Amino acid sequence: MIEIKEATKVYSNGTVGLNKINTTINQGDFVVIVGRSGAGKSTLLRAINRLHDITDGEIVINGKSLTKANGKQLREMRRDIGMIFQNFNLIKRNTVLKNVLSGRVAYHSTMRTLLGLWPKADVDLAHDALNRVGIPDKAYVRADELSGGQQQRVSIARALAQEAKIILADEPVASLDPLTTRQVMDDLRRINQELGITMIVNLHFIDIAREYATRIIGLRDGELVFDGPVEDATDEMFTQIYEREIKKDELLGV
Amino acid sequence: MNENTIKKPSKVKSTLTTLLLFLLIWGSAYKTDSTFEELFTGIPEIISLLREMIPPDWAYFSYITPEVLITIQMALLGATFGAILAIPLSLLASSNIFVSPWIYQTARFILNFLRTIPDLLLAAIFVAIFGLGLIPGVLALTIFSLGIIAKLMYEFIETIDPGPLEAMTAVGANKIQWIAFGVIPQIAAQFAAYFLYTFEINIRAAAILGLVGAGGIGLYLDETLNFLEYQKTTSIILYTLVVIMVIDYITKKIREKLL
Ligand SMILES: Nc1ncnc2c1ncn2[C@@H]1O[C@H](COP(=O)(O)OP(=O)(O)OP(=O)(O)O)[C@@H](O)[C@H]1O
Ligand SMILES: [Mg+2]
Repeated sequence: MIEIKEATKVYSNGTVGLNKINTTINQGDFVVIVGRSGAGKSTLLRAINRLHDITDGEIVINGKSLTKANGKQLREMRRDIGMIFQNFNLIKRNTVLKNVLSGRVAYHSTMRTLLGLWPKADVDLAHDALNRVGIPDKAYVRADELSGGQQQRVSIARALAQEAKIILADEPVASLDPLTTRQVMDDLRRINQELGITMIVNLHFIDIAREYATRIIGLRDGELVFDGPVEDATDEMFTQIYEREIKKDELLGV
Repeated sequence: MNENTIKKPSKVKSTLTTLLLFLLIWGSAYKTDSTFEELFTGIPEIISLLREMIPPDWAYFSYITPEVLITIQMALLGATFGAILAIPLSLLASSNIFVSPWIYQTARFILNFLRTIPDLLLAAIFVAIFGLGLIPGVLALTIFSLGIIAKLMYEFIETIDPGPLEAMTAVGANKIQWIAFGVIPQIAAQFAAYFLYTFEINIRAAAILGLVGAGGIGLYLDETLNFLEYQKTTSIILYTLVVIMVIDYITKKIREKLL
């Protein structure tokens, strides 16, 4: 369970990224965060694993304060939270397997990980994760030799190998074509349903958001303007979140 | 687009630069009392020296081969030790690795300081400390290489993709793991290329370190010049030139493969 209490983020240049956000996300939710560009979607997502700090308020994950965690505590909390990025953020020159295994570094001593002495259980876990995203045969290929969609799956596999309980995904399909978009979203849904991993995904395609989310969070100018089950997110709601009619490019349409 | 909105680059700057350059040349010639007249009257002397230099002493080539090999070894050792020391120093000097200005500014200060000392001076200092021989030469080249590699490396490190670093932060990596998994794979090839490049430069530097008694072929250069054995000097110069060209060629080929 993720409790976000009065979370506020003011950037050093004075921009208000988040303004007193309050919400609770339950284990197993598939949350999609929507809002127009600059609404604060990335800001919120990055606050949940503290890639950056909020300036006010508190975030509590499974009873532990993320905001107050330091050093080792913070790293242990992050270990339980996978992250998927628009640009995949893989180590391009490394093999797929090595990329997936990098999700396990926080489980072992520094020395062991530096020497690459991964326990067999970890290697099995990594292969398993690749299997789950449908690319078991790519384990020994260099990451940059894969297509965008395949690279995104490697990064999902990394989060799986991490044995994350929560996965944050910031525009995971924004650089993919419509067909691959569906495949990647299907992967995320399957993982959510089969493993009960909480998904928090930023998306700018409204139809995709509606199709995959169980819950929608709408942001506008850093404020939470909608928070509810997907059934309640009507066309009028979206118009309100976006402060205008929904445009064509906000629909994937496939 | 409206053509009037694109300004022609002003010519003032280049004119001023040329003028300044002339002034500098004239000024330094004046200060050092060198004149064109002197250059002309010196020509016969230069020609007679060149005459004495040819042909090279062919027998001398095999005689100096061991010393040439030692020179290459010095260059290689200096580049290797320098490269090893450059790893921590260049990481410390990169503002995207250590965000605290205290750390990276201090590292950069040390780096810049090392780079201001000319290699011959370094060699002379180490000769004074350790006596004549290879050790001062290798040490001087180590510092020299460290300065070059660390500077090139930290400038490169600051341009790496921050994405994988964020990904490593997100999985809960500690700082060392973060560097090992996020940074090192992105810089390893460039590091190897800079190492080879420095080895290349080191050969040139190593060839003259002997002038101050820091080992290598430079010692023989000094000797033959002192004894007016100019044909042997020619042999040394030719030999060094060939070695440099061969090594340049090889390292260039390897570097092309690396990147
Ligand atoms: N590092 C930063 N420094 C200052 N302001 C920032 C920074 N990052 C984001 N902002 C500002 O904070 C606000 C929210 O940005 P954020 O990136 O969270 O938006 P977003 O909803 O993810 O938008 P997009 O759909 O374009 O990704 C914007 O006004 C943005 O300009
Ligand atoms: Mg964003």
